[in-house]
Amino acid sequence: MAQIICEDVTLGYDGKAVQTGITFAVEAGDYLCIVGENGSGKSTLVKTVLGLLPPLDGRITFGDGLRAGEIGYLPQQTIVQQDFPASVREIVLSGCQGRRGFSPFYTAQDRQRAARAMERMEITDLAGRCYRELSGGQQQRVLLARALCAAKKVLLLDEPTAGLDPYVTEEMYALVRSLNREDGMTIMMISHDMTAALKYADHILHVGACPFFGAKEEYIRTDLAKKFAGEGEK
Amino acid sequence: MTQIFEKLALYFTYPFVRYALIVGVLIALCSSLFGVTLVLKRFSFIGDGLSHVAFGGMAVAAVVGVTNDMLVVLPVTVICAILLLKSSTRAKIKGDAAVAMISVGALAVGYLLMNIFSTSSNLAGDVCGTLFGSTSILTLNKIEVWASVILSVLVVIFFILFYNKIFAVTFDEDFARTAGTPVGAYNLLISVIIAVIIVLAMNLVGSLLISALVIFPALSAMRVFKNFKSVTICSAVLSVCCAALGILISILAGTPVGSTIVAADITAFFIFWIIGTVRKGVGK
Ligand SMILES: Nc1ncnc2c1ncn2[C@@H]1O[C@H](COP(=O)(O)OP(=O)(O)O)[C@@H](O)[C@H]1O
Ligand SMILES: [Mg+2]
Repeated sequence: MAQIICEDVTLGYDGKAVQTGITFAVEAGDYLCIVGENGSGKSTLVKTVLGLLPPLDGRITFGDGLRAGEIGYLPQQTIVQQDFPASVREIVLSGCQGRRGFSPFYTAQDRQRAARAMERMEITDLAGRCYRELSGGQQQRVLLARALCAAKKVLLLDEPTAGLDPYVTEEMYALVRSLNREDGMTIMMISHDMTAALKYADHILHVGACPFFGAKEEYIRTDLAKKFAGEGEK
Repeated sequence: MTQIFEKLALYFTYPFVRYALIVGVLIALCSSLFGVTLVLKRFSFIGDGLSHVAFGGMAVAAVVGVTNDMLVVLPVTVICAILLLKSSTRAKIKGDAAVAMISVGALAVGYLLMNIFSTSSNLAGDVCGTLFGSTSILTLNKIEVWASVILSVLVVIFFILFYNKIFAVTFDEDFARTAGTPVGAYNLLISVIIAVIIVLAMNLVGSLLISALVIFPALSAMRVFKNFKSVTICSAVLSVCCAALGILISILAGTPVGSTIVAADITAFFIFWIIGTVRKGVGK
């Protein structure tokens, strides 16, 4: 059974639909890229899957042993307050909060988990630094490490490379791919970068007027992809 | 110098001075702990509104003639805190308007009630005292002292137990929610505690100056320290020192307690601001 199944879901805010008829399924180990124009509802879809928003219609189910709260989330941009005084270590550790339940303090195990996540993201040497003084790429790594602390099997990334320079963008993609290949993480990533989506993903979900879901190879043959990729290159 | 110490020693033989110092320090500690959260969650607006509500509650209590006005003020403020939080999570702009409405309304009605029903000959003095907390910290009775001490200790215990959750919820609400943290419940709890702190702090600095007591230590600490733990500890220590200093000065110099404490907080802010700026300059 698939890990995340969306059946004919309608997305929206306060009863007003943004997008209708979203249907897809994500299997364990998949690398799914969500593409579509700005404002087509990609972030809304991610928030709905995460349970931050209720779906207006349709059904979202988790299977294959996945439960809500086991999905690591990397939010779009940093809504996080710009002047928040927090060290990298504190932020990464806060990713373990969900699994703590009501017990007040972090355990040695949590600290180890956070240390491992920081190592994985190659930010161990930044642990004591202040988050708001880091570069955009470093900040994204910190938030990705936090998501890793929370995630058991699935990572949901909302435009992780927005605002990063090309070199750092490539590094970010390489990190995400190694999480997918080596750690067996299921990846759902929103991307406005069609070339990267086609390079790394194995499945594509196109959100828009004529939605598409399927394997990458199938997507490349559709008119949709040609049109969209053409626009992207402009 | 010895003269000052002798004078202080004399004052400390009076129980009300000792009470004032103990309660003042505890209240300053509580209010500084939640300062960072309040500032960063943009709750400071709500805190300001609530302090006006507390003023209204105080006026009602005075008019009705309740001996212990905390019995009226505390529940009223807590209920308003919950209402304000609910309305502000729904829609941002409406929430702000609601805060303004409730706070200004409470202020006006409170003053009106005091004006119409007050039997005191010194109305202006009473109102001024409630707004600026001129002497109320020095006139606490034993029950009020104990109530303040117990509430303060509860607030501190709560903060320590929920420290990590408060961090998670303040830093990134959406992420905390996806990780299964009951964010709504914690927000509710935080706003109830803020209401309790405001009612407590009213005794110390009066309702108009509460925000200063809550916000200044946090802002000062944020100038110099870069992580949540150091900022929290620093603002707690700073707030306690400023409160103690302010109370002592006001006893010696006969200045109003609340404004003296706030003046100490402002001075500390400027010192920290300079330290922060100099450090940044050196870092470059
Ligand atoms: N909090 C909100 N309340 C109401 N409408 C929103 C909200 N956030 C986004 N929208 C609307 O939903 C649509 C989809 O937004 P979004 O999912 O962020 O698009 P994308 O991520 O694909 O660029 C947009 O038209 C936007 O105006
Ligand atoms: Mg988006």
